[in-house]
Amino acid sequence: MALDTTVYKEIEGTGADYYALVGWLAVFAAAGLGASYYMEHYGHVVTGMTNAIVWGTPHVFAVFLIVAASGVLNVSSISSVFSKHHYKPMARLSALTALALLAGGLMVLVLDLGRPDRLIVAMTKYNFKSIFAWNIYLYTGFFVIVLIYLWMMMERRFAPHSKKAGLLAFVWRLALTTGTGSIFGFLVARPGYDAAIMAPMFIAMSFAFGLAIFILLVTVTYKASERPLGDLILFKMRNLLGVFIAAVLYFTAAMHLTNLYAAEHMGVERFILMDGGIYTFLFWVVQIGIGSVFPLALLFNPATGRTCQGISIASMMVIVGGLAQLYVIIVGGQAFPLQMFPGMEVSSSFFDGQVHGYAPSLPEVVLGLSGIATALLIVAVAVKYLPLLPVSLSDAHIRISRSLDHHIEDAPFS
Amino acid sequence: MSTNNLNTQQTVDAAKRDFLKAGAKATAAVAVVTLAPGVTLYSVGAKAAVTGPATSERRWGMLIDATAPEDIWDIAVDACKTEQGWGGGNNPATDPQWIRKVSVKDPKTGAKATLPVMCQHCENPPCVDVCPTGASMQRADGIVLVDKHICIGCRYCMMACPYACRSFVHENVTGQKPHMPRGKGTVESCTLCVHRIDKGQLPACVEAVTTAGSDAMLFGDLNDPNSDISRAVSKYVTQRIRQDLGVEPSVHYRGI
Amino acid sequence: MRSATKFLSLVVLGFAILTGGLASPANAGEVPRPNPAKAFKGTECVEPVDVMRREHMNFLKHQRDETLREGIRGQKYSLNQCIDCHAVTSPDIMGGKVRTLKPFCAECHNYAAVSIDCFQCHTGAAVPGIGQTTSPLPNGHPAVAVPATEGGTAQ
Ligand code: SF4
Repeated sequence: MALDTTVYKEIEGTGADYYALVGWLAVFAAAGLGASYYMEHYGHVVTGMTNAIVWGTPHVFAVFLIVAASGVLNVSSISSVFSKHHYKPMARLSALTALALLAGGLMVLVLDLGRPDRLIVAMTKYNFKSIFAWNIYLYTGFFVIVLIYLWMMMERRFAPHSKKAGLLAFVWRLALTTGTGSIFGFLVARPGYDAAIMAPMFIAMSFAFGLAIFILLVTVTYKASERPLGDLILFKMRNLLGVFIAAVLYFTAAMHLTNLYAAEHMGVERFILMDGGIYTFLFWVVQIGIGSVFPLALLFNPATGRTCQGISIASMMVIVGGLAQLYVIIVGGQAFPLQMFPGMEVSSSFFDGQVHGYAPSLPEVVLGLSGIATALLIVAVAVKYLPLLPVSLSDAHIRISRSLDHHIEDAPFS
Repeated sequence: MSTNNLNTQQTVDAAKRDFLKAGAKATAAVAVVTLAPGVTLYSVGAKAAVTGPATSERRWGMLIDATAPEDIWDIAVDACKTEQGWGGGNNPATDPQWIRKVSVKDPKTGAKATLPVMCQHCENPPCVDVCPTGASMQRADGIVLVDKHICIGCRYCMMACPYACRSFVHENVTGQKPHMPRGKGTVESCTLCVHRIDKGQLPACVEAVTTAGSDAMLFGDLNDPNSDISRAVSKYVTQRIRQDLGVEPSVHYRGI
Repeated sequence: MRSATKFLSLVVLGFAILTGGLASPANAGEVPRPNPAKAFKGTECVEPVDVMRREHMNFLKHQRDETLREGIRGQKYSLNQCIDCHAVTSPDIMGGKVRTLKPFCAECHNYAAVSIDCFQCHTGAAVPGIGQTTSPLPNGHPAVAVPATEGGTAQ
């Protein structure tokens, strides 16, 4: 078993910058609570959501965070499940970030409920046919398993078992993302969602979004805490991010191409790809252009792909593209009218047969952003009080820990 | 039963006949009350007439004639509003609509039809399948309801409904009917007037349309081969909306 | 580690202040004991008073499930029956023109600080025919209890 020779240490976290950061994050998190209270008090009429667009901006952020939470754990999994020891020093941060992102995402999801005061009902009454109810288990289980995993990594006595916990966490998180994707995949009546490919596509998305967030976290924290961050690890993550972006592109293309073959999906495909206005723009320009093609170019262009800035900018774009992608899937999928009478022209007082309008309102956006703020706040506080970050991620250190690992792993009876 | 003060329309009578079998006990209960209006009948230990539970022996359904003159559907919609206490808001995108008048037109032939669409009370309701808490539920007799006591307002059922027949209550509600509690933050939809059916009455929309002298809405027990609706459904070719989805709606249409 | 201790003590301090603040009104000993109004009609409840005090929520909860989910109607306990007998007028609610159950419930629920959300959906107002009996208003009040708000969503 690999012996972790890395030295982990809490960050100082005493500078004005740190307090300013934590302060701002706390303000944003609190603003989300305020927004939610406002929405509960007046009802969802103060949001842009309607009886046709029932899930809006909060769900875009919530699903993004939940999906990214599962993906960010990848760094841990790669090190423990696939024995890629370069990633090992970052495994703790990866697990912690996964918990933080999931917490932020669930917070947004819960605060958007019509009756958040009935959370206890959601936790005690289950309809086992509902994929949503399954997800409640998947999320709670994820918390528990990743916490145990994190604890085992941090407690040297348990280190030999951390690999098993890591394997469990890996399997669990695949299930979690499949479950999240299936929330949409099971909606047979909605032509925009009814695709089995949703589940694997969500897994690819989770890999890309999670890693992009992780790269940003690592580069920012290491710069701010003045700890060395070597190119070796950075370039490894860059390569991986490139692969994940390509995978998302592949699944996106596959989904739309297969849909184009099915006559009943022609309408919604036309809508998203050609004449959906904002959704078409978000799809081609933001998701595909800014979120996929441009970062790929940045990452694999020697001039930018070898710099920390280039990689960071690419990561940011992946995040922006990811939010756009979820917006197109979630809101765009609802904006396209239900096909109650295929082939007929339909009209009614309930906007049947029309493309449904949706304009995000301020409280919704604030609530969504507060989920991100909450997740970052948890990370910022945790790295100050817990030994999560390696003192060094320099090339030399990575090489040493790697060779030591190999040496020990190859030895019998270790 | 003294509940349907209607002219003797065929359909109403037939539907009443449907009820009489199961509703005998209910009839007795109502009769006791109406015998002594204004008098405090309530006393401790008085044996209240208990009806139910709903059983799967019955399967309530509707047959709607989409070739009827379209004005009749305004009567149906208004009757629902009055009975259940929804409607009257100023936010068309967020105000609940339990039943609505939908116009369809075949772009190739120009043929048109207008029909009311409300909860289709599916045999395999997707809203019930997806609801995380079990708030979306189906009674044994097939009526699909929201148990607002445990609805958390996640709106997943609205995502799942193929007919856009559910509404989320976006604002505070006041002046609810005693039989129809409604509240902000929960989801609601047509109950098939379950409170009336359980008393042996017709759904409010059907009653109003029938009273107006139209036979465009027929209500009854689809499980009873002798009910008017079963006979009609076996006589005419009827359609159900999005039959291809396999959700088996209980609302049948003619002439779409 | 020092900072961690500081953080913890802050949390404890905050908690102490919070709970102390909540507890203080009770210490003042000025809260009057609840005194729910006499029933508007009838002399005996469906169960002895002490049973009702302890169990009314269980009765209602049990029966609501049977009514709504199973379609069993006309059983012993019913919220509308509560309203029929116990709804009272209060100058605070619609100028006292309507009998509603809210003041009756509020009396003890405020005292015990148990909040209920029944009336977020259920009307607490007595309307004719709400129970198994008719519900005339007290003398001098108009016959229709609830102003006809057809629009359910009127704020
Ligand atoms: S909104 Fe209510 S009824 Fe609909 S799925 Fe959610 S909990 Fe169930």
